[in-house]
Amino acid sequence: MISLSAYLSVGAVLFGISLAGIMLNRKNLILILMCIELMLLAVNTNFIAFSHYLKNNTGEIFVFFILAVAAAETAIGLAILMVLFRRGKTIKVEKLNTLKG
Amino acid sequence: MPVQVPDLTPAVPQIYVLIMTCVTLLVSLFASKKHSAWTYILSQLTLLGAIVLTLLYFHHKSQVTFHGNMIVDHVSMLLTIFICAITFFVLLYSRDYIKQHKMPNTEYHVLVLFSTLGMMILVSSYSFVSIYVGLELFTLPLYALIALRRDSAVYSEAAMKYFVMGAIASGMLLYGLSMIYGATGSVQIAEVVKVISALPSSQHLIILFGLVFVIAGVAFKLGAVPFHMWVPDVYDGSPNTVTLMIATGPKIAAFGLVIRLLAETMPDVQLAWSHALMLIAVLSIGLGNIVAIVQSNIKRMLAYSSIAQMGYMLLGVIAGTANGYAAAMFYVLIYSLMSLAAFGLVAMLSRDGIDIQHIEDLRGLNERNPWLAFMMLIVMFSMAGIPPLAGFMAKIGVLEAVIAVGHVWLAAVALLFAIVGAYYYIRVVKVMYFDDPLQSTRIDLPTGDMRVALTVNGLSVLALGIFPGILMSLCQAAF
Repeated sequence: MISLSAYLSVGAVLFGISLAGIMLNRKNLILILMCIELMLLAVNTNFIAFSHYLKNNTGEIFVFFILAVAAAETAIGLAILMVLFRRGKTIKVEKLNTLKG
Repeated sequence: MPVQVPDLTPAVPQIYVLIMTCVTLLVSLFASKKHSAWTYILSQLTLLGAIVLTLLYFHHKSQVTFHGNMIVDHVSMLLTIFICAITFFVLLYSRDYIKQHKMPNTEYHVLVLFSTLGMMILVSSYSFVSIYVGLELFTLPLYALIALRRDSAVYSEAAMKYFVMGAIASGMLLYGLSMIYGATGSVQIAEVVKVISALPSSQHLIILFGLVFVIAGVAFKLGAVPFHMWVPDVYDGSPNTVTLMIATGPKIAAFGLVIRLLAETMPDVQLAWSHALMLIAVLSIGLGNIVAIVQSNIKRMLAYSSIAQMGYMLLGVIAGTANGYAAAMFYVLIYSLMSLAAFGLVAMLSRDGIDIQHIEDLRGLNERNPWLAFMMLIVMFSMAGIPPLAGFMAKIGVLEAVIAVGHVWLAAVALLFAIVGAYYYIRVVKVMYFDDPLQSTRIDLPTGDMRVALTVNGLSVLALGIFPGILMSLCQAAF
């Protein structure tokens, strides 16, 4: 039987990878969207693991909410990405520097 | 298992807003272009109706419904009334702007209404699930609103930045909430409080671990240092009316989030989160006030000022007493009124090819329109905290609250930076009153109702400063 701490470690590692991906990536906006998705999946892993070990299904139901909202969030993110690409002809993160001061 | 139907009466305002938003969407879909005013009228009726329905329920005691997922108490009702009233003014102020800049009318109104619905759900949520759903429902439409104007890449850049930052914030918040769920076995706030207070303090470690992420998420949403990077860029890069929307209602909703997640869920680890918030508040007040001085762009200046103001608001929360929460609530309500007037003026003057971007654009406003200049003067003095305006009473309230719990140094730091902050607010007044105008033609707001609304808005800041008693006692009764 896999222990709870193993699941939590996977969740923490996934969360760390996604956070690092958002912070370090300078190239591509789609990578950022993927990292955001990964972050929510890390949270889902946590919820499922806790739900299983606590023997109550609240966490599993919460995961459904997170999945639904994540889909909506990605849809909006991709829509903004399309608008951005049509205007600037690029999706490089380093080109997002018009606003500063 | 029979399904229990929850008591729907406390949720009537939310249900009403949801139905009316869908009706507005459908009506605007089928109405011809000639009748586009109907979208506006229906949206305003939605907001007014929500205010009336909440007021009708106001005499009730606090009530938990939807199987413990929703609470309707005086905090949520007062915040709901203010959110709806402020959104009403936002739509009124932006009517001319969206016509002038050819923004899609229906989408604008419907997105604003959905965002308002999200804020209403957030402030009356009583479990992690409804907090999360309310939070996303209020932020997702805002991302789309910013990108609604497609004539320049600046807007989509601001939308992208806001989207990425907002998504990270929700991710952090959720990660923290998952830890708290793991430690307590419940997502309902009433249950979580019970479990936490029964835990011995040696087992608080996992809760504190979750708390760190929760605080980071909350600070992101508030726009407090060190999670403030998005605020100036998003305020600057959004269409002026969308900035108006982002700078007012969401601050109240974020306050609701703080109260529900920190004050109500975790009173037993109050010491831990109040120390973290202390750091956040001091940094916000310091950095916000200092960086605002060097800004020449008025929207960026007001953005940094909002960072500082959120720091002041947090002082009341740090105190952790009923008086402190009431003072913080008073502060955030007054702040949203002030920023409504300031950004409203900026948005409404941006017409006929003039886009108010820089503080210099307000040069000699007194000669061009003395009444507008006077309204802006009231708001600026109030933000700086000069008596007898509302901002002064609000600052007194939070400072009193932190001194009452013995953090005199915190009050001293806050006061010191308030003096620094007065510089850039008064500079706006100086530019309006003592600099020569670039053009001497008179400028005015587009229509009569906007003039009346801005006057009501500006004078309410003055009136609440002279007679703060009513609102103050409502805030105190809520806690």
